[in-house]
Amino acid sequence: MLPALCSPMRSAHESDVIAEGFTLLAAQLPLNATDRELYRFRFRIALSGVAVLAAFIVLIVRFVHLQVFQHAYYTTRAEDNRISLVPIVPNRGVIVDRNGTVLARNYSAFTLEITPSKVADLEATIEGLGKVIEVLPKDRKRFRRLLEESRNFESLPIRTRLSEEEVARFAANRYLFPGVEVKARLFRQYPLGPVAAHAIGYINRINKRDLEIIEENEQTANYKGTDHIGKTGLEQKYEYQLHGETGYEQVEIDAGGRAIRSLSRTAPVQGNNLTLTLDVKLQEMAEQAFGDRRGALVAIEPSSGGILALVSTPSFDPNLFVDGIRNDDWELLNNSPDKPMLNRALNGAYPPGSTFKPFMAMAALETGKRTPGQTIFDPGVFNFGGHQFRDDKKGGHGSVDMYKSIVQSCDTYYYMLANDMGIDSIARFMGQLGFGQRTGVDIEGESEGVLPSPEWKKRRFKRPEQQKWFAGETISIGIGQGYNAYTPIQLAQATATIANNGVMFRPHLVKYITDSRSGEQTMIEPEPLRILPWKRQNVDTIKKAMIGVNTAGTAARAFAGAGYISAGKTGTAQVFSLKGAEYRSSSVKKELRDHALFIAFAPADQPKIALAVLVENGGFGAQSAAPIARMVFDYYLLGKLPKGAAREDDVEED
Amino acid sequence: MLPPLLHRVWVRLVEHLDGPLLLITALIMATGLATVYSATYDASNRLLAQTVNMAVGFCAMWLVAQLPPQKLMGFGVPLYVLGVILLICVFFFGVKVNGARRWLSLGFTRIQPSEVLKIAVPLMLAWYFHKHEAVLRFRHYLFACLLLLIPFALIAKQPDLGTAILVGAAGFYVIFLAGLPWQVIIGLFATAAAAAPFVWTMLHDYQRKRILTLIDPTSDPLGAGYHIIQSTIAIGSGGTFGKGWLEGTQTHLEFIPERHTDFIFAVFSEERGLLGNSILVLLYFLLVARGLMIAANASTLFARVMAGSVTLSLFTYVFVNMGMVSGILPVVGVPLPFMSYGGTALVTLSIGIGILMSIQTHRMLVRK
Repeated sequence: MLPALCSPMRSAHESDVIAEGFTLLAAQLPLNATDRELYRFRFRIALSGVAVLAAFIVLIVRFVHLQVFQHAYYTTRAEDNRISLVPIVPNRGVIVDRNGTVLARNYSAFTLEITPSKVADLEATIEGLGKVIEVLPKDRKRFRRLLEESRNFESLPIRTRLSEEEVARFAANRYLFPGVEVKARLFRQYPLGPVAAHAIGYINRINKRDLEIIEENEQTANYKGTDHIGKTGLEQKYEYQLHGETGYEQVEIDAGGRAIRSLSRTAPVQGNNLTLTLDVKLQEMAEQAFGDRRGALVAIEPSSGGILALVSTPSFDPNLFVDGIRNDDWELLNNSPDKPMLNRALNGAYPPGSTFKPFMAMAALETGKRTPGQTIFDPGVFNFGGHQFRDDKKGGHGSVDMYKSIVQSCDTYYYMLANDMGIDSIARFMGQLGFGQRTGVDIEGESEGVLPSPEWKKRRFKRPEQQKWFAGETISIGIGQGYNAYTPIQLAQATATIANNGVMFRPHLVKYITDSRSGEQTMIEPEPLRILPWKRQNVDTIKKAMIGVNTAGTAARAFAGAGYISAGKTGTAQVFSLKGAEYRSSSVKKELRDHALFIAFAPADQPKIALAVLVENGGFGAQSAAPIARMVFDYYLLGKLPKGAAREDDVEED
Repeated sequence: MLPPLLHRVWVRLVEHLDGPLLLITALIMATGLATVYSATYDASNRLLAQTVNMAVGFCAMWLVAQLPPQKLMGFGVPLYVLGVILLICVFFFGVKVNGARRWLSLGFTRIQPSEVLKIAVPLMLAWYFHKHEAVLRFRHYLFACLLLLIPFALIAKQPDLGTAILVGAAGFYVIFLAGLPWQVIIGLFATAAAAAPFVWTMLHDYQRKRILTLIDPTSDPLGAGYHIIQSTIAIGSGGTFGKGWLEGTQTHLEFIPERHTDFIFAVFSEERGLLGNSILVLLYFLLVARGLMIAANASTLFARVMAGSVTLSLFTYVFVNMGMVSGILPVVGVPLPFMSYGGTALVTLSIGIGILMSIQTHRMLVRK
């Protein structure tokens, strides 16, 4: 090998291959180089030429591949590069009450926003911003929290509600803060603050859980650019009506992401407006009537199921949530023993106490267990299975018929009735009236309550000895105690059903939805949920007795001198502590007082309003709950405004 | 027609110019000017600066063309020695920019000595072979390889892969054209293939990354792959006839990086399409063909291998650059001859063309 390499390369067989053209040129060459040397050189030059040609062909093939065969693909890529779809968030629909009073609206304000993915050093940027515009520690705290729960690439507010001057000051220093910009945003505002907050609910920033729901509902595209979503109440339930359709602007951008020009624009469609059945004046008045007492009130229009007032006190200010609630505000709301965030009207389950009696009486008439005139003798006690069930009135009510049993709220009558009817029969009838079931009101998260029955007990308890239903347990069911636990809205719905002669509606808050594009109004069902086949005379018997309660019975004092005829029933429920609630020992005494209840409707012959009132630890129903009902009726039927919060009357027990 | 004096001046001016080379070079430069304008007019217009660069280039070309090959040969040793000394200075005292030590500060200005070697190495090697023409032995090739390896290693170490490849290629072409035995060439390639894994471990991280992202540019779309992805999009979206001059969206929305220098071909390709590409490639091919023809006709060994090396180096520039921009070669910093903005490369390449002209036009004189 080596000798071959060392010898000059003249042996070359390559010379044979040289193109003929070169021989001509060769003839002109000087003689100092041998022909063979020259041939070798020219062969290599020719070879190089072939290689060059091949290389250029490779390039051309590549260009044809890219520019002809993959042209469409790369055109799309280039368009994707330069065109950015910028979502335009639609205005959220407004919410008004039945008289057009605005309950939720939008206002525009400037926010200072940081896009974390475009900022190298967040801390330094925020520090620097603080020198230009006031950034309070609470703003930083909120920003950090938003950062933790944020979606990728979105911009987050470090400051909201900038003044014009602050906007100008930032604009002058803008170049110092890449990734920071001032944005004009629409904010949600609840002009009445805490009034009807539990009904309206609130919006808050979208979190991961909300995103999943949006995805499930295939709304992801429509929520590009949207930061807020309804979290509770109507804002949550009617989210997709209120939200509207996101518009898009096609913007040409450069490699740095700067917008160069707008190419096309699809306008957003504003969200639909909600008009409620709620009368916010009535609502406000009712809330005031509670004063600082905890409780709930649900007032329904019996002929439609439309909710006129939905009170849960204490309330909260939904405006606190819109920008992302501050930690200390949240602590305050969350840790208060009064539980302002709990919607008592829908989520509080209370024993109905004596307000259960008219429904029991209705059941007795419909099942034929009693006639109106049939009397029992009440000695003040009912003995069953070696156990004494006491009547509230010592010595008893004597001879009691159905009318008297309701007007005077006789317990013994209902101990006996419950015993005669049996638990299955009671549960069947009460189930028909909606007790122990969600009413289907247009707010999420309603509680079921407890309609006691042997089946319920089997489901509720695990140990076999606890699962058995004892006949003695039926007795106290008759007076609304025992396992009974219903939400105020269930009680209001049942009352409205009596008032409406057995025609039952689903309680609802939204009267109609106004389409923002066509202006078309979509009514929300005044379709009856079900029509109970009650005999008219039976309903009239019960109504007559309930009128008696308000004229000559336990609530007579509260309704003295009313300019209309109303029907009602007082009730007092032994305290069941609210589920999960832990009351502080210092306030135990008050918390052990009974809950006061009152159900009523008016005018008795043509009911326009039916309601259920609950005052937690309010004592007797006649004492604290009935006066609230009186004020609500006075206002709704006569337009009379009360002087102040309902005072607690001294009245007889119910 | 022309007055006698003017006529004599004209004759003197064009005497050592080669018509075809001049014409093709001028055409490519004109194309380059238009493209540089498109690539820079919306930010900082480089048209005037590049025109000046080109004028300087033409002057250098003319001057070099006047020198007979024997004179050129005389520059080989001093230029080579100077270049290598400067490279050693860079190695010890060089200014570090972006992690690479390529520049030498002279106080008032900075120079990049590796550029000198692009001409010095082939001159030196051609001179060397010419000197030992009659007695060429294997050891001469071996020594030539060593002469090449010194500057190559120094430049690769800076690191400047693009220039190292160009210098290495220029030197290799000389050795190859001077008759390096095929057995050695094959042996070298075999060794190179076998050594590739070891070279891989010696490469700098960013060089490795470039090679890796070449295989799959999408693996790093925001980092090293970004250049290739964006230039490929520019070329592909140009289509058959291009988007039109000054109409390239990839160019004018600044998606193409280095769009007036190393990636200028992406700009041209986006705006002129396959048709423009084909014409441009044809021009380069004609330039190379003319260069090879000059080499084949050259009268001395020095002239032959020098002309061949300069021509093939020019081809290497074109192929490596276009291959890089269209995504079939790794991203190495090689400008597109007479198109890319920048004076240094332009002057170097013009000198190369000047050498070709000198070899072509002094051929007859030698024979006389």
